[in-house]
Amino acid sequence: MRGHGKTHPVRVAWMCAAGLVAILFAAGCGSSSSSNRNTDMAQSVGKGEGQLDLIAWQYYVGNPWKTDFEKQTGCQVNVKVAGTSDEMVQLMRTGQYDGVSASGNASARLVEAGDVSPVNVNLVPNYKTIFPDLKDQPYNTFDGTHYGIPHGRGANILMWNTDAVKPAPKSWDVILDPKKAAQYKGKISAYDDPIYIADAAVYLKAHQPDLGIDNPYELTEDQFNAAVDLLKQQRPNVGEYWSNALKQISAFANGDDEVGTTWQYQYFVLRDKGEPVAASPASQGFVPKEGATGWSDTWMISSSAAHPNCMYKWMNFIVSPKANAEVAQVFGEAPAQSKACEPNTLTAAAKADGYPVNPKFCDEYHAGDPSFWKRVYYWQTPLADCGNGSSDCMDYNDWVSAWTEIKG
Amino acid sequence: MEAADALASRPRRSVGRRLADLFHGRPGLQVGSLLSGPVAWLVVGYLGSLAVLLAAAFWNVSALTGEVSQTFSLDNFKTLVTEPVYRTIAWRTIRVASLVTITDALLAFPIAFYMAKVASPRARSALVVAVLMPLWSFYLVKVYAWRTILSAGGALNWALEPLGINGPGYGTTAVWLVMSYLWLPYMIIPIYAGLERIPDSLLSASEDLGASPFTTFRRVILPLAFPAVVAGSIFTFSLTMGDYITPTLVSNNQFIGNVVFNNITNNLPLASAFACVPIIVMIIYLLVARRLGAFEHL
Repeated sequence: MRGHGKTHPVRVAWMCAAGLVAILFAAGCGSSSSSNRNTDMAQSVGKGEGQLDLIAWQYYVGNPWKTDFEKQTGCQVNVKVAGTSDEMVQLMRTGQYDGVSASGNASARLVEAGDVSPVNVNLVPNYKTIFPDLKDQPYNTFDGTHYGIPHGRGANILMWNTDAVKPAPKSWDVILDPKKAAQYKGKISAYDDPIYIADAAVYLKAHQPDLGIDNPYELTEDQFNAAVDLLKQQRPNVGEYWSNALKQISAFANGDDEVGTTWQYQYFVLRDKGEPVAASPASQGFVPKEGATGWSDTWMISSSAAHPNCMYKWMNFIVSPKANAEVAQVFGEAPAQSKACEPNTLTAAAKADGYPVNPKFCDEYHAGDPSFWKRVYYWQTPLADCGNGSSDCMDYNDWVSAWTEIKG
Repeated sequence: MEAADALASRPRRSVGRRLADLFHGRPGLQVGSLLSGPVAWLVVGYLGSLAVLLAAAFWNVSALTGEVSQTFSLDNFKTLVTEPVYRTIAWRTIRVASLVTITDALLAFPIAFYMAKVASPRARSALVVAVLMPLWSFYLVKVYAWRTILSAGGALNWALEPLGINGPGYGTTAVWLVMSYLWLPYMIIPIYAGLERIPDSLLSASEDLGASPFTTFRRVILPLAFPAVVAGSIFTFSLTMGDYITPTLVSNNQFIGNVVFNNITNNLPLASAFACVPIIVMIIYLLVARRLGAFEHL
């Protein structure tokens, strides 16, 4: 250490660093935000801007329909694939994208924060023939204003290993009833996301009617605690919580997990690999008797879209009969467009995808069967507002912290 | 004639020449321009992001929109203290980080000693390559390999079956095993460097003075190599504290990193507050390590 009577150089360096950090700190504490919806709705669609930047689920923006769209409109599509709804919200807030294929557990957050604009459905001609039970839903229409175009829907299904789980389960009790689930201790697969609490609420709605659960995403404190307790009891029986599809596929293929909640995608991959897996058959409507959680996705337009005309063209294109049939067959979900289910359209789409022709595709996925979808509770953002005038429901922050507690 | 040449050549002096003149005899300017880039990066990129992170710990998140509202409050820290689950997770993380560090130190010391003092030069270079080799392969590949080894029908259970015992399966034990494997090279290399610095003559002298091999190890080698062990432990401890991928792949238990990751998109303030825990733990750890002289061997 040197001491020449001058200020020590290290001290000078520290002071400079502290000063800079303070400046950055102050810059970080900029404007404060308030929640307000965006109400600027487009009144016409002009010429395309030549480019379109989208956030989407995997396989939603792919070929052949992406190329068809680019040829038709001259809008070059750049797609950012997101893994979770939270990631979609985060990406949309950067303001660098024109639109997003938001699930119901993201859409309300985007609308309330003003990240997305209302959609003028008159500018989307194909909207007219979308299945009526997908329109005016709480996750795409807010106080009568449309904020998006429905894309497709599906259910979170129950899958099991046919060698290990006998007889074939007809109810979620196989993984949620503490006694029955104990038979498969360490072999149960559960979805690693706060929204999984809704699966427990769906189960309780059928098995404990005195709780009075109506919508599994609008839970009062008592209802919520009952669902959380159920999942805490499930915790010791869980082999693995899966957050990505690959992890669950490997767990079922290695025999680490034998029964649990899944998406069609994992089920089809495992089945096609020849693994002994099964899911609720069509006779039961593909879901256990209590019903199931599910998703219904909506294309939304960013309030800071740099290419709004291309976005409107895309929203109309992706629900056009052939394109919607193509994406539905690739992804494995029910299309939103009723005309996508016409046999000729399905056949043409399957051929374009290079998939086996299946004229019964829409029947298998119950695309046009409202009674089936009444048993599917689409993902929704849990809000304090219970939807019935009272505002003592548990909000998404409560769900996230409860999920941390459940996993422990 | 000479004067005319000098006049003519003056405007033609190159930029480099003039820069060299500028720096000549000005050590402050020399050092300053050399360090300004790295220091700016350190302060703006590194300390700056850390400052924003710490500031966020005092903010709140709006439940309706999930947006961060920048009003000061201590609610996040209150949550961390009052909810027992966060203490459980912090304690689990610190415990596994300590266990991994101890395991790696015990495994690394004999290997490093062999490399530094026993092996022939040829064997030594082969061993250095062998120790560093796993670092060349991709992290996820290694963790997924362990996932397969530890699975119910995996190699470990197959190997243990004749003995009538079961592997640990997925869980905290699995995290400890995998982390110990992953970070072992970071322990071996500093200890190897530390042991290599001990002159052989010291060991001979100890022997000549009648010390048994064990006494030589205890009174000569260990005190001289201990700072190197502490230096290695900084790596193993901090890497374990921060990892969140291994726990999700080989266990259901949450570590600090998992809670931060799960909250970062919808509750950044809480994630920031929890991120302060490893920072505090590491500051304490580094202060202790400095006391033990670890930074002389980094």
